[in-house]
Amino acid sequence: MKFHEDILKLDVARVTKQLCEAIRRQVRDDLKKSGAVVGISGGIDSTVVSALCARALGPERVLGVMMPEQESSGESETLARQLAAQFGFEAIKEDITGGLTGLSCYEKRDEAIKQLFPMYDKSYKCKITIPESILSKDTFNFFHLTIQKPGEEANTKRMTPNVYAQVVAASNLKQRLRMTTLYYHAERCNWAVAGTGNKDEHMQGFFVKYGDGGADFKPIANLFKIQVYQLAEYLGVPTEIIKRIPTTDTYSAGSTQEEFFFGLDFYRMDMLWHAMETNVPAAEAAKVLGISVQEAEHGYAHIARKIQATEPLRLPPLEIDLPE
Amino acid sequence: MEFEAGKIRSEIRAFIVDSYLLGDESVKFSDSDSFMSCGIMDSMGILELVAFLEQHFGVTVTDDEMLPTNLDSVESLVSFIRSKSNC
Repeated sequence: MKFHEDILKLDVARVTKQLCEAIRRQVRDDLKKSGAVVGISGGIDSTVVSALCARALGPERVLGVMMPEQESSGESETLARQLAAQFGFEAIKEDITGGLTGLSCYEKRDEAIKQLFPMYDKSYKCKITIPESILSKDTFNFFHLTIQKPGEEANTKRMTPNVYAQVVAASNLKQRLRMTTLYYHAERCNWAVAGTGNKDEHMQGFFVKYGDGGADFKPIANLFKIQVYQLAEYLGVPTEIIKRIPTTDTYSAGSTQEEFFFGLDFYRMDMLWHAMETNVPAAEAAKVLGISVQEAEHGYAHIARKIQATEPLRLPPLEIDLPE
Repeated sequence: MEFEAGKIRSEIRAFIVDSYLLGDESVKFSDSDSFMSCGIMDSMGILELVAFLEQHFGVTVTDDEMLPTNLDSVESLVSFIRSKSNC
């Protein structure tokens, strides 16, 4: 099929029906459960997954769990409550700040940040970013740490491997504690945990193994982010949620998913990726997307490298078959 | 300071074998093999490699130099370090 600007447009009614049938089958037949627990953040992915679960299983068999911590955006809770009210399922709040403090999440993260910025303290906000668009050159992924006091100029430095690893390991406690909280409620209700990752997150490794990657079923793991938006519109998701810029909701300075991880807007990311997957020549993809052939080639190389480099994240625990 | 190509090559290979191949010298890779494509290292490995280059050879790798053409094989690393040390 010829590559064109609407190639990723879904027949949303048909896809929604297929997804709902699959959710019912997986929850009841494969997982032997009678409902779904979804972590809701007020973001587009968890909104679509909870709306699909409510449609597939009935809203009375869906529990939305908001899990803010002291650095979460306050807007998340407002939007999450709005969506639960609209789709008719129960939403509860579990503040995980105490648990994270008990695990020394903030302390361990701040200890690593101080290796780069000795003056860092609680009065600063911080975030991790990747430096520029992945299209401008074929660059390896590396990360900048930015700290900023309100009203003051930001300080940015490239992260050393040790600092990066400790900041990420400490921050990932947030996703892992959220997963633990979801399973508490799932086991309490004898329900299943629904994962909210889309194809971009799942295949490029933008998830925490046994954190937000830990779930019983993942209804949108094969959908591109721009297709999740199409479903959101079809399902009647509130405009405020659709228009909200996707963030990590992990770093105190507020980090968009584009600046933290993907390095490109979702339309061009998903279109380039689809073109690469279906062996569309870079020149043809470039023409449709209004970018140079070199930019398309950089995009192809970057996406392919990320998928390959994050393969171990998607592996289940490895077992050893001993010879007889 | 100028480094001799053979010495750079052997020190980089020793670092890679020790850091990413569990010290197993029987694993073969050529000087032109891409670390990423061969699965020798991931993006975290590249960060560690850059830290090694900076510490061991006393060079500074700028953001603009974090490119596969500079860092993704023994061959490219040898050229890169030599070009940096000639500056």
